Amino acid sequence: MAAVRVEELLAAAEEQEAEKQRSIAVHKELELEFDLGNLLALDRNPPAAAGLRGAGPRREALLRALARDNTQLLVTQLWALPAERAGSAAGPLVAQLPEPAFRLPREKPPPRPRPPTRWEQFARLKGIRRRKRTSLVWDEQAKEWRRRWGYRRAGGDPARAWVAEVPAGADPDEDQFAKRRREKRERVARNELNRLRNLARAHRAPGAAAAPAAPLHPTGHQSRAELGRAARVARLSTASLGRFQPRLPKEPAEPPPCGGGRKRRFAPLLGDLAAERSRQLELLRGMSSKKPPLDITRAVNKQLREEDAEAAAAKGKKRAQRGKRGRRQQQRPGRSGKKSSSKQSGGKRQQRPASGGKRKKA
Amino acid sequence: MDALDRVVKPKTKRAKRFLEKREPKLTENTKNAMLIKGGNANLTVTEVLKDIYAVKKPFAVLYKKKNITRPFEDQTSLEFFSKKSDCSLFLFGSHNKKRPNNLIIGRMFDYHVLDMIELGIEKFVSLKDVKNSKCPEGTKPMLIFAGDTFDLNEEYRRLKSLLIDFFRGPNVPNIRLAGLEYVLHFTAVDGKIYMRSYKVLLKKSGCKIPRIELEEMGPSLDLVMRRTHLASDDLYKLSLKQPKALKAKKKKNISHDVFGTAYGRIHMQKQDLGKLQTRKMKGLKKRPAEKSVEEDGGISPKKTKSA
Repeated sequence: MAAVRVEELLAAAEEQEAEKQRSIAVHKELELEFDLGNLLALDRNPPAAAGLRGAGPRREALLRALARDNTQLLVTQLWALPAERAGSAAGPLVAQLPEPAFRLPREKPPPRPRPPTRWEQFARLKGIRRRKRTSLVWDEQAKEWRRRWGYRRAGGDPARAWVAEVPAGADPDEDQFAKRRREKRERVARNELNRLRNLARAHRAPGAAAAPAAPLHPTGHQSRAELGRAARVARLSTASLGRFQPRLPKEPAEPPPCGGGRKRRFAPLLGDLAAERSRQLELLRGMSSKKPPLDITRAVNKQLREEDAEAAAAKGKKRAQRGKRGRRQQQRPGRSGKKSSSKQSGGKRQQRPASGGKRKKA
Repeated sequence: MDALDRVVKPKTKRAKRFLEKREPKLTENTKNAMLIKGGNANLTVTEVLKDIYAVKKPFAVLYKKKNITRPFEDQTSLEFFSKKSDCSLFLFGSHNKKRPNNLIIGRMFDYHVLDMIELGIEKFVSLKDVKNSKCPEGTKPMLIFAGDTFDLNEEYRRLKSLLIDFFRGPNVPNIRLAGLEYVLHFTAVDGKIYMRSYKVLLKKSGCKIPRIELEEMGPSLDLVMRRTHLASDDLYKLSLKQPKALKAKKKKNISHDVFGTAYGRIHMQKQDLGKLQTRKMKGLKKRPAEKSVEEDGGISPKKTKSA
């Protein structure tokens, strides 16, 4: 009797559970695709076209049923995401969405790096690297460390000097102070002009460095260069590659091929045999030799840089030695002075013979 | 110095910030939409634009006055508007005898038209016509696309992408589950696209996941596709390109297998058990003589090596 009761109860509970599941279960032929980052669901199943072709109310009901099922599936997915209560325990349930997966085009192209300034280009060409300068320099007169630039700078501000030497051969009536001021003003103005020029160049040709074959997007106002490029492309876009295109009265016979892609040119098959032989030999020599070809400018720059680096290293070493000595002095009056001194002496004892031996060998 | 004249330099901090906001960014802002009324738009088209504006609201601009332009013939004015209001999505509405109740939905890339698709409105039910409760402004919609037609050809595929782009709203890391109350459902059947918007009612189901009931909310549109202007494959590919800095950097010594389980490789050095600190006791303490011997032994090999 009791056993039957239990079975009955279990069956009833199971049925109840199934009933609950049924209310949220949806059957689909093809499974939906989800992109939860965008709250997006894609249903590939073809909808019942016959019903949708029918009258208004019936179609609406069908669409709504379809939408309900799809929404239920999407919500089921969203509820399965890891969620937590916002703020306190009584706060709303907040689900963490994954990154959106559906690829959509960007609004604007990715930001371009700032093009190098004129100086940076030049420095790169010549292999000049930035050197670090200390901001403090030793002022001999003041006998203290002072700033290299600005307020209370080392050597005093030349603009505030109360005496100025008249150079030999200069006009004695000329105001040397005024001249200095004028020169400074000119320097500042030139720097500003160069800065603006760099800005303008960066602004003008954003695509020139990035993409040589920039697509010809339509623009409202085409610049002179763009028009020129379009004209050049158009001229060559005939069956005979522009050979028979008529020219304007003052147009040069062969417009210079700038940027439009150069044609490969082969040397003539028969011609200067000596030149050909020497060219080939030169090529072979370059290939067989292990050394890279010598670029004198680069080599000179490299040498100069190395010298600089050596000088800097020597300076640094001096400073480092000084620093070490200072540390040692500080250590001496420490708590465990005895121990440390004994340790040092032990170490030195060990060190000396070893280094001496090495020296002999060398 | 004609080159210098072209540089627009902001004179105030505010102007500078304004310009910076419009510059290309690594992670982009939410796309804004502009809803443009054409030269002759009838009531239906105007109402559609208004309703879409209500749906898109914080990320949309409504151009209420007449704008006599034809996007399929001349795109310059659209590009001008896009630059002016910094919007990259647009919806242009017009009405004429040849193409009655016309909507043009499109998007821009770098202030140039990328895709645009012309849609004709066959039936329209406004937000106002449905007497139900509405969603609060700025609700992020759930988007559902039903029908195999959306994968049929390139035009429908682009339309789907365009609609997702248009309606998806801001990109959010997390969302309040009870706040999911708006569904946009697109069904494509027989060359027609049914756009329906519903309000979601979350009902108790007895388990954790709620049962969904839907309530018609509006706007709902029956659309047919007319002319299309799709971006070339190169341009589309260019627009999809992600900057290198956004791609996740590869982490060293971590690998994943087919099931997504992460494996780490750990480099351990051998532990020196001689240095292990055990319990401190007076009996185990080292005497000074022992200590000095050990130190000499410990230091000497190192020193000889370095010298």
